[in-house]
Amino acid sequence: MSGTPGGSDVDLSGLRRRLADSTGRAYWKSLEELAGAPQFLEFLHREFPEQASTFDDPEGRRGFLKMMGASLALAGLTGCTRQPEEKIVPYVKPPEDMVPGRPLFFATAVTDGGYAKGVIVESHMGRPTKVEGNPDHPASLGATDVFGQASVLDLYDPDRSQTLTHLGEIRPWGSFLAAVKAALDGQRAAQGGGLRILTETVTSPTLAAQIQELLAAFPAARWHQYDPAGPDSIRAATAQAVGAPSEVVYDLAKADVVLCLDADFVGHGPANLRMIRAFTSRRRLGGEQSPAGMSRLYVAESSPSLTGALADHRLPLRASEIETLASAVAAGVGAPAGAAPAASGSVPAAWVGAVAKDLQAHAGRSVVMAGPWQPAAVHALAHAINQTLGNVGQTVTYAPSVEARPIDQLASLRDLAAAMDAGQVQALVVLGGNPVYEAPVDLDFARRMDKVPLRIHFGLYDDETAERCHWHVPAAHPFEAWSDARAFDGTVTIVQPLIAPLYAGCKSAHELLAAFTSKPERSGYDIVRDYWKAQGVLGADEKAWQRALHDGILAAPAVAKAAGPGPAASATPPPTSAPPAGQGLEIVFRPDASVRDGRLANNGWLQELPRPLTKLTWDNAALMSPRTAQSLGISIESTSLGSYTDLVELIYRGRTAKAPAWIVPGHPDGTVTVHLGYGRTRAGRVGNGVGFNAYALRTSDAPWFGGGLQVKKTGDRYLLACTQDHWSMEGRNPVRAGTLEEYEAHPDYAKETFEEPPPSLSLYPAFKYTGHAWGMAIDLNSCVGCNACTIACQAENNIPVVGKEQVGRGRELHWIRVDRYYSGGVENPETHHQPVPCMQCENAPCEVVCPVAATVHSDEGLNDMVYNRCVGTRYCSNNCPYKVRRFNFFLYSDFDTPSLKLQRNPDVTVRSRGVMEKCTYCVQRINRARIDARNQGRPIKEGEIKTACQQACPGEAIVFGDINDPGSRVAKLKAEPRNYGLLAELNTRPRTTYLAHVKNPNPEMGD
Amino acid sequence: MSQIFHHSTNTLSKLSIFGALFLAAGTLWLVLEINRSPYVTQAGVAREQPVPFSHAHHVAGMGIDCRYCHASVETSATAGIPPTKTCMNCHSQIWSDSPTLEPVRESFRTEKSIEWVKVHDLPDFVYFNHSAHVNQGVGCTTCHGRVDQMPLMWQEASLTMEWCLDCHRQPERYLRPREQVWNAAYEPPPDQLALGRSLVKEYGIHTRTSCSTCHR
Repeated sequence: MSGTPGGSDVDLSGLRRRLADSTGRAYWKSLEELAGAPQFLEFLHREFPEQASTFDDPEGRRGFLKMMGASLALAGLTGCTRQPEEKIVPYVKPPEDMVPGRPLFFATAVTDGGYAKGVIVESHMGRPTKVEGNPDHPASLGATDVFGQASVLDLYDPDRSQTLTHLGEIRPWGSFLAAVKAALDGQRAAQGGGLRILTETVTSPTLAAQIQELLAAFPAARWHQYDPAGPDSIRAATAQAVGAPSEVVYDLAKADVVLCLDADFVGHGPANLRMIRAFTSRRRLGGEQSPAGMSRLYVAESSPSLTGALADHRLPLRASEIETLASAVAAGVGAPAGAAPAASGSVPAAWVGAVAKDLQAHAGRSVVMAGPWQPAAVHALAHAINQTLGNVGQTVTYAPSVEARPIDQLASLRDLAAAMDAGQVQALVVLGGNPVYEAPVDLDFARRMDKVPLRIHFGLYDDETAERCHWHVPAAHPFEAWSDARAFDGTVTIVQPLIAPLYAGCKSAHELLAAFTSKPERSGYDIVRDYWKAQGVLGADEKAWQRALHDGILAAPAVAKAAGPGPAASATPPPTSAPPAGQGLEIVFRPDASVRDGRLANNGWLQELPRPLTKLTWDNAALMSPRTAQSLGISIESTSLGSYTDLVELIYRGRTAKAPAWIVPGHPDGTVTVHLGYGRTRAGRVGNGVGFNAYALRTSDAPWFGGGLQVKKTGDRYLLACTQDHWSMEGRNPVRAGTLEEYEAHPDYAKETFEEPPPSLSLYPAFKYTGHAWGMAIDLNSCVGCNACTIACQAENNIPVVGKEQVGRGRELHWIRVDRYYSGGVENPETHHQPVPCMQCENAPCEVVCPVAATVHSDEGLNDMVYNRCVGTRYCSNNCPYKVRRFNFFLYSDFDTPSLKLQRNPDVTVRSRGVMEKCTYCVQRINRARIDARNQGRPIKEGEIKTACQQACPGEAIVFGDINDPGSRVAKLKAEPRNYGLLAELNTRPRTTYLAHVKNPNPEMGD
Repeated sequence: MSQIFHHSTNTLSKLSIFGALFLAAGTLWLVLEINRSPYVTQAGVAREQPVPFSHAHHVAGMGIDCRYCHASVETSATAGIPPTKTCMNCHSQIWSDSPTLEPVRESFRTEKSIEWVKVHDLPDFVYFNHSAHVNQGVGCTTCHGRVDQMPLMWQEASLTMEWCLDCHRQPERYLRPREQVWNAAYEPPPDQLALGRSLVKEYGIHTRTSCSTCHR
């Protein structure tokens, strides 16, 4: 099959004709759907494409029949055996507060780019199993992102490094200490001139103090920092505007108009969860929210992002043109416009004019935000616009940097590389990070690092850098060690362990640094606690410390939160720092939405998570617009095994990389986006060899974009596992959208198109619900498409990973999927997200076809799925119009790896093969709440039960509750005029309903 | 050609057709009966334990409340098997030299748990909750039998789903007042049905027979 040429070439004119012919709003998920390609119809009309589930095991049919016969015979025999004897192993001395069978919750933090996001981790009998957001933490507000959710899988990753090694051989801690002592003794004369420490971004006050202590002992030693996705341009721009590198904090809840210049506040940044919450609070309609209070979002971006998908007006632009646009907007609002050229052809003056006018009309109540991938000049323009509009102090505030030492990290790494090359470095300590893999390719880091006589690597994995280091010290996972970290606003969280290190050799960064001091055996707990004691924030008694551990927030007066000064009004932006655009295409680098800079490459949950917008899994690709793809002759063929696409060669500044091409509607023309973090060689069994390494093209002078890219077809084809057409529902507008104007005229516009049949139409008698009746409402206006729900569900419900080959065949097991629909033309479509869990229909089509009653209606309206009854006929999924049922074609759950067993939720069955599974509204949580309420002799409180998807959702889009209680939030939402049932015209009467999407376009824009 | 089979074989063949039906039905019945039998359910089979712990002695003889050892029974899904520490609360003082109790002392010394044999072993796909039952007037002995008369522990009931549903469909046949839940010697009154019905009303009991009550 591989290497099949041809496929459906991108026929742009055909697509446009089709769009023009369609009446009303047309929604489509892929170019194949838009073109009405037969491959798409296959997905639409069947649950799986033909032949996707044929038995093509190399074993062959004959072998299969033999196996069948044998298993039938054995199955007959095993039916008569008793359960094997099991043991009960109670504690010898029970730990405090531990009640067998009840989880405990601990507040701690996970870091993203060095910044803390507060979490609460669920622990069952000492095993951390699930991560939730900490409602009290300013960066979380109770929500989590996919990285927070997936961090618990990293803890149990069997590929984590487990022992201290020297040149690949296991060594005791003592011999490492001896080696460090010898090295330090050698450095003492030179005051540490040959000692270098390389860290990632550090916000941990304790770690920073330890490093400073070391630098005090060795004044000539140097501390370098490098984070491949760090916001160097924000540091530079704030340093120029405010005087020192600062945090820029945006309050989107107060902003009426928001303009994003290549800024992706949904997907990236230390405050993304908080910003999503604030933004969606201004996008809700109905109830007490008046339509006039809805904010408006403009996004100009060089690569389609989730923020762009939310925009009311989105402008795809080449990355190098963003500065031109920013300059034009600045001129439009009367801010100093800098030296950038005036609006050229591709920056539409009408767009700029309308945006500038809207911003001016909302002066003091607007936000202009630039993304970290834009040069400092664009940030300076954004600062200037905010200053001119009077937003500073209102919606935009500046605060002292939270980082321990904010520096230009790229320059820092460059210095280190030069020093290593010059032989000035005698000992290098890589404290986290993987510079051999992720350093800009022109620094030639690996070769230069080889010149250092003593190289020490500290990290979770024996990765590319560890391979080239003499010593590798395995890091303890954040859930195994004491530490601390600061959030975007300076809030300190004590990171506390939930479990002793799974592998005895693991150390925390604090314990490693202690090895460089006179007290090498100090425990992480003592180091962190003594630091805060010395700061005088703990007081005389234990209370403050315990309070900090309990709340996940340390009330530390040492942390300044006051807003700093705004940028000087007269500050003129620095001249353009964008690299000159060369001939050919432009390349844009982005951290990946799943594996980030590559550190999460070995996390199966994240690898299998369909990337937002592209819906690719297990791969990165060279993303391009339909028109660019057409000019390159790219063709994509969707088959029953996945999507075959052209493998192209990316030639950029004399370096090449081979990547599969992928077409993304809404991508700016003439630009190719590549995501970092793939093509790892020592990530582990999951991440090795997944995708291509985009770092091979990334240079230090243009870390985020550059011109002069050439793309050549190699003639080879490449198989991608893309889920965008999977589980497609027959075209009855599953997603419904309108504008604010339409909504104000007809609030129930979503219902107007389709008749809902009367309940009496069913042949079956109606169910009666005397107690609770669980239901869910999903507000499409609040959904940002971040996928947190999918991973939260996976962690809560023990959903296994199936692998790329199986995803290609449409067998991914996610119980809640986020469907992404486009509407409008392929050049710049509107995007709509729709999370689809089981609808828990009243007239469930699945229930009536199950021959063994394995899926039945509960007395509270759930479609119960009884795994132990299921015999795997798959009639139910065949009959489900929503395609939300998932079948275990093989034994996907790992029944063997001991560490992975620890992660499983003990309240949910681990399914074996041959069993159908699906969302049950987290019935384990419903049961727990019901039993607790009954035991306490009270009714279940409104909001007491949160499904896993709801709890993770940063936009609060998912609301679950009792629809029999008219006071419940879900009942109120269902009474909204925007409420509609998915495919309700089939008379399934879904319990999960949606609130239609409303955009707030600027009437003056007229596009 | 003459007939090979005599006329009477017709009767035989008819008989065997019906016989096959009966045989199939009989086999099915047999399988079901075997599955309900103590051979499969292990009901009534006393188990060997690392320490021959006698409920009869501790409950009936010493009068120790169930909850002294099974401490989480009122709040958690599992009743809880006592940690070694609970045993040592008394046995560091009494019978502190008994060779039978050496495994207990050894566990306490070495901090290694005693591995008890699980007597009531539900399948892994069944999620039973003790607290939901004992707080609603289901007595310990209703399911566990006269524990106070068991020298070594055995499983009294079959623990089949049929057995669970027997009560879930008609709880009034088994309920007792909450204050009697821990009374091992409790005898239901002659008018159990009347008492049960009033308790169902008083405790507001909605027994649930939906699959997801126990399976998820």
